[in-house]
This record gives sequence, structure tokens and C-alpha cells, in this order.
Amino acid sequence: MSLLTTIFGRLIKAVLTLLAIAVLNFFLIHAAPGDPAAVIAGEAGAADPLFIAQLRERFGLDQPLYVQLWSYVKNVLTLDLGYSFRQGMPVYDLIADRLPATLLLTLSSFVISLSLGIAFGVAAAARVGKASDSILTTIALLFYATPLYWAALMAVLVFSVQLGWLPGFGYETVGSGYSGLQRTWDILQHLILPALTLGLFFMAVYMRMTRASMLEVSQMDFVKTARAKGLSGAVIRRRHILRNALLPVVTLAGLQAGQLIGGAVLTETVFAWPGIGRLMFESLEARDYNTILGVFLVSAAMVILFNILTDIVYRLVDPRIGAKS
Amino acid sequence: MNFLKTTTFLIAAGLAQPLLAQDAGGRVDIVVQPEPPSLMLGLVQNGPTQQVAGDIYESLLRYSTDLEPQPSLARSWEISEDGLTYTFKLQEGVKWHDGAPFTSADVVFSADVFLRETHARMRSSLAHVASIEAPDDLTVVFNLKQPFGPFIGVFETGTMPMIPKHIYEGTDFANNPANATPIGTGPFKFESWEKGSFIHLVKNEDYYLDGKPYLDEVYYRVIPDAASRAVAFETGEVDVLPGGSVENWDVARLTGLDNTCSTGKGWEFFAPHAWMWLNNRQGPTSNPLFRQALMYAMDREFVRDVVWNGFGKVATGPVSSKTNFYSDDVTQYDYDPEKAKALLEEMGYDGEPVRILPLPYGETWQRWAEAVRQNLQEVGIEVTIDSTDVAGWNEKTAQWDYDMAFTYLYQYGDPALGVSRNYVESQIEKGSPWNNVEGYSNPELDKKWDAAAISPSPDERTRLYDEIQKEIVNDVPVAWLLEIEFPTIYNCNLQDLVTTGIGLSDGLRDAWIKQ
Repeated sequence: MSLLTTIFGRLIKAVLTLLAIAVLNFFLIHAAPGDPAAVIAGEAGAADPLFIAQLRERFGLDQPLYVQLWSYVKNVLTLDLGYSFRQGMPVYDLIADRLPATLLLTLSSFVISLSLGIAFGVAAAARVGKASDSILTTIALLFYATPLYWAALMAVLVFSVQLGWLPGFGYETVGSGYSGLQRTWDILQHLILPALTLGLFFMAVYMRMTRASMLEVSQMDFVKTARAKGLSGAVIRRRHILRNALLPVVTLAGLQAGQLIGGAVLTETVFAWPGIGRLMFESLEARDYNTILGVFLVSAAMVILFNILTDIVYRLVDPRIGAKS
Repeated sequence: MNFLKTTTFLIAAGLAQPLLAQDAGGRVDIVVQPEPPSLMLGLVQNGPTQQVAGDIYESLLRYSTDLEPQPSLARSWEISEDGLTYTFKLQEGVKWHDGAPFTSADVVFSADVFLRETHARMRSSLAHVASIEAPDDLTVVFNLKQPFGPFIGVFETGTMPMIPKHIYEGTDFANNPANATPIGTGPFKFESWEKGSFIHLVKNEDYYLDGKPYLDEVYYRVIPDAASRAVAFETGEVDVLPGGSVENWDVARLTGLDNTCSTGKGWEFFAPHAWMWLNNRQGPTSNPLFRQALMYAMDREFVRDVVWNGFGKVATGPVSSKTNFYSDDVTQYDYDPEKAKALLEEMGYDGEPVRILPLPYGETWQRWAEAVRQNLQEVGIEVTIDSTDVAGWNEKTAQWDYDMAFTYLYQYGDPALGVSRNYVESQIEKGSPWNNVEGYSNPELDKKWDAAAISPSPDERTRLYDEIQKEIVNDVPVAWLLEIEFPTIYNCNLQDLVTTGIGLSDGLRDAWIKQ
């Protein structure tokens, strides 16, 4: 099968999967107790039945469930994510508003954790059994075991409150009036703590996996052959061991990439980062059906997309995969 | 408040000369938690919305910390001898933020058209109003069907915000695009809203009071995590933590910081009153002896001192001591586990377990529920704690699916506005967590509640409310817990931050920064 037909087949399956996810999400969210009208009435501090009935009618909640489902599915099929009655905005705009901040955070964290993780993994494997290997593995274990929430708060306390090196909250300095390069620098400074904190866990995982995989591959016959040929240690590590050792890391990176949209709720909360994870969590609390379904759908699409991308990367890293099938 | 005498207040606003010259200028950053869904106060009246929108919108009156009416958009007012006619004279030269003049027509439109359609709490007060007239541009007259004692208390910004007629008349209010860029008459104008980050308001240069407001701009900052909010104040990122925005154990630590002030004022109008709904329809809680036993079993002072870090006051009954017509001449339920056990014995309690539903508003409330569970277990009551999120809590209480459920409600200055709704039989209706959720029914008392609301005589009202409180406290329809105090923590350079009984929700009209 050529790469193109594979991708085409995967895309068709992806659309069907997405549709199934959309319907499932719809039922899940309606199964949770309470609805957006009750939440709004609850927040108002006073409500009469007329008020709640008005809200339900406005939101279309007075319709039977199958009618609501049908109109939702129709919307999804026409790529319309609906309207958030709570926020008074189309869901598409709400998500588009928050998407850049989340992608900036999760992509930087992705790049940091992947590159540092692999680099440290390779370094540790090269020095296996030595003191520097033990130090690196211990640190990785520590990062792996630290709860994200705690690490985030500690990072703020140490680097923001005590040392005053980096801003602890938000996306940029509020009301600074910066523009151009100055603004980029400002955002970058705000990005460092959340991106590092979010990346710690995956960095540790990549490191341990790379190390183990490198060690395993380095015992194989073709490595001995390469060594017998007289290739230098560095070339063997890069071209023969690393390339073969990367497959499990790519699998895991695909998983992390799938979380690029919805996976940063905690980090966004602690660092007051105005991203999609928080939008999702707050919408869930408010039972803002359309918004939460919209975020779910976009996240699901992201997971599926990165699964397909991972498969493509497999083939690039190891051409045997495409040839076999 | 004296409504009987024909009283005319002629305190021209701004006449009172300040003793100290206020410094103009500067910026203030305030936490708003959670992020408001909208800033259109006529449509949304939750706490965070009012905190921000209180700078943008105004009403006819404000209320001092002892709930006396003060001028706002009305410069004077007069209540007729029979308590049926309320006449307001409006300030001159008031403009909407878009430059259009504010007139009596806007008042009539706001109260009679807009809020009657959108505002549940205002609607129930408007049921007492026969007509609203505007004899000239600066005069508004409210004609009542019968006297309604608390009526002078409904001209507060969150209750009766002034809505611009020229923008909303004849439109679909809820879907008017103008809702995204609110236009009011207040001291600050809406500038921008970065969702998830901040709301930016700027000084209204055309404000009708000369020299006010003093501040150039206000940023309302959205920081979703309580620990992070405390740190944000510590690092100087924000200048004000409104009541309830950090956990109680952080309050003591933060107020100990340099140049940090705090005040409990600014909540008198709302008087947040905490209690547990006790389901009067089923289970052990349907028995008055059991409910009395609960009151003796709970160590409410301990909760105040430990869980609330000493803030607040143990509640004696349905009316807060900050609200008008409070009486302490009632049965006192001091902590007395032996008495509780005796009462349980008397009723023949068979060990049937009861469920507690905590309020999902953070750690403090969770700990409170745990303290109550321990108290009840000590006198031999079987307890389980349910857990849920805010929407689930709303659903469970509104659908009466609970045994004991924590809550707190605002009193709005008068028992007829914020107290009777929780105890009269006509307010038993599924679907709202704010009415007579416990299902208490006492026709004799209902008559007194009704009579007290419409009596033209304050003395008569006092007598009736005294009788009601005395009797209802014996029935224990709900388990009153605490008059909650939410201290506002702020940078001491800020002056006149809280000047009314509505506090931060009344806006920053008077606030200034000492240079």
C-alpha cells in the first residue's frame, strides 16, 4: 500500500470515529446532573420558575433530547460548533481565542521535553553504570514522580516569589503596552515556568525510555558488525543505535502530542495561563454544553490527527514498516 | 430607615468636602473570581459580574454600611406619608458612556421594561409597583399598590441597574450585540476583555461628579487557583483580594505582610448567612426534635474559630444581625452534646443514617462538613458525606434530593427581600435552590411574614419580626450556622476602597492611591 492510500483510508475512519465521539460526548454531558439554565439561575442568587423556563427556552433545552442531539449532529456535520449562551459568543470564536495560548504552551513544552529527554537519555546510555548516569536517572525518577500541581506551585514560589527571576502568572505583563520584539520577549519570560513544569514529566519518561532502548539496541548483532567495520562510537550511536531505539519514543511522543489541546488544565490553572484547558474545565462546571462539546471535539480531532502523523513518522524512521504491510 | 415621615434628603453629592486632598491617577489590579460569564448587569447578576459591572453601571441609590440610603443617580428622594409614592430627583448632567444624556425615561425603561423581563429578584419586588412615571426629564415617580417597607432598599446597582434605553429599546435583550461592550453611567468605562486573563476598565472622563473617579484605570485579573491568587498578592501582581478569593488560612498569613490592610466592611447589604438545609419532608430531619438535637450537637464556635480562622459570627436564627429587624431574643443553641443525646433519645432515633451535602466552593466548606460530621457522630448520628460539583449541588438541592445541605444566601438588607423567601409555604417549589428548599410549612407564621412585608409602620414590622424569629428558632426549619465574614485584603496605599454596605460591588468611585 502506498503512503497516500493509507492516509486516505485513515482519514475516512477518522471522520467516522469523530462522529461517534461527538454523539457519545453529547450523551455523557447530558448525563451529568444539572444543566446550564440551573447553573445560571443558581449563580443569580434568586430565581423564579419563569426565569428558569425563559433560559431553557433560549438555550433550546426545552426540546426533547433526540431533537437536541439531531441539531447538534447537524451542526457538527456542517463544521458549526454552535453558540455559547453563557458567554454570548460562538464556540468557534471562544476556542480560536484560546487556541494560540494553549498551543504555544504545549508545543514549547513538547519540544523541550522531547529534545532534552532524548539528549539526556542518549547521554545516560553512553555513560551507563557511571556516576553521571545514576544522577541523571535519579533526577528523571524525581521528575517522573512529582505531582504537576505541586511542582508548579513550587516553581512559582522559588523562581517568582523568592528569587524574582521570572513572572509567575499569566501570558504577558497586563497593561504594559509592549509591542513587537519587546512583547515577544515578555511572553517568552512568562512561558518559561509553565512550559518547563508541564514538560518535566514527559521529559523524564522520554529520558528513561531512550536510555533503556539505546542499551537494548546496543547489544544487537548489527551494532557489533558496525563496530567491527571500524565505525566511530559517535557514528554508531547516532546512525545505528539511536535510529532504531527511537521507535518507542515516537509512539510516546504521539501520545503526548494528542494532549496538546486538552492536556494542560492544571498547568494553565496554576499559572493563570489563558488557554483551552481552563475553558474546558470552567465550561464543564457551568454545564456550558456547546462549549464543552466543542472543546472535546477539537481535542479528539487532535488526538486522531497525531495518531496518523505518528504512523507516518514511524515509516520515516523505519522504512521497513511500510514495506511489510 | 424611616419611611413614615416625609423625608427629603438634599445632600448634593460631592458637597461633603474631603478633609484630605485625594491624589488622582494610578492603576489598581483586583482579583475577580471566577471569571464572570458576562458584564451586562441587567441580564446576569452573579457576584463576579456585579463586582466588575458595579464600576460600569449605577442605580438611583447607594447604601451606607448601616444600610441608610445615600444619593447616587438620584440626588434626592421623597416618600409620601402613606408609603405609596416614591419620588426621585435625578442628578443633572449625567451621560451614558456613549455620550447620550441619562434621563428619567431610562429609569422607567430599566425598571418597567428591561428588568421586569430579565431580573428574577427585581421582578418580585416590582410586583408591588402599580406604575412608574416620568413627569419630567429629571423626576421619576414609583406608585405602589400597597405599602412595601423594604422598597427603599431595591435601588441598589445589582438589584436595579440603569440600562440605556436608546440602546436596548425594542431589541432582543439577551442577544443584543451591545451586551459585549456594556454602556452605563458609572465612574469607569469598559475598555477590553482578554478572556481568561483580565478585564480592563478606564476612567470615565465625563463622570458627573467633579474630580471623580480618581483612578485612571482598573484591571480585573482572572487567576483561577486560590494558592496562586495569594501568591499574586504577595508579589504585588494584584493590589486587592476581594472577600472569599483566598482560602481562610491564607488570610491570616497575608494580612501579616507589610503594608497590607484588611476590612470586613462592605458586606452589610448582602449579609451572607450560612446554614444547612434540613429536609423537612423525609427521614430523621423531618422530626423537629432531631433538628433541635442537631443544633445542640454542633460546635459552631469551634468551626468559626478554626475552619473560618475566627472570621464571622455564630448565627442565632434566620435574620443576620447586620440586617434590619434582627432580634436576639430567641432560644440559644449552645454546644451541648448531652442535651442533643437526650433529645435523640426522646424522639427514639433508630440510627437511620443522614447524608450531608457540602457546598463545593473550596477547602473551607469541605472541612466544615467534616467538622459537622464529627460532631454528629459524637452524639450517635450516622453520617455520610456526598460529594458533587456546583451544578450537581444546584440540582440536588433544587430537586430536594438531600438530607442536610450546606448553603449560604444573601439577605439584601431586609427580611422581606432576603429572608422570608426561605420559610413561607408559597415559596415551596422545585427547581430553585433559593426558595423554601427545606419544605417548612407554618401557616400562622406565613400570615405574619406577609403582614410584616406590607405594614406601613416600622414599629409594627419590628413587633411581627420579633415574634416570627422567636417562634421559628424553636422549630429549626434549617440549621443556622454562621454570619459569614469575607475580609477584603488590600494594599494600604489604597484609600476609600470600601465606602458602602455593598463594598467592592459598588465600584471604585471613591477609591484613590496615596502617592
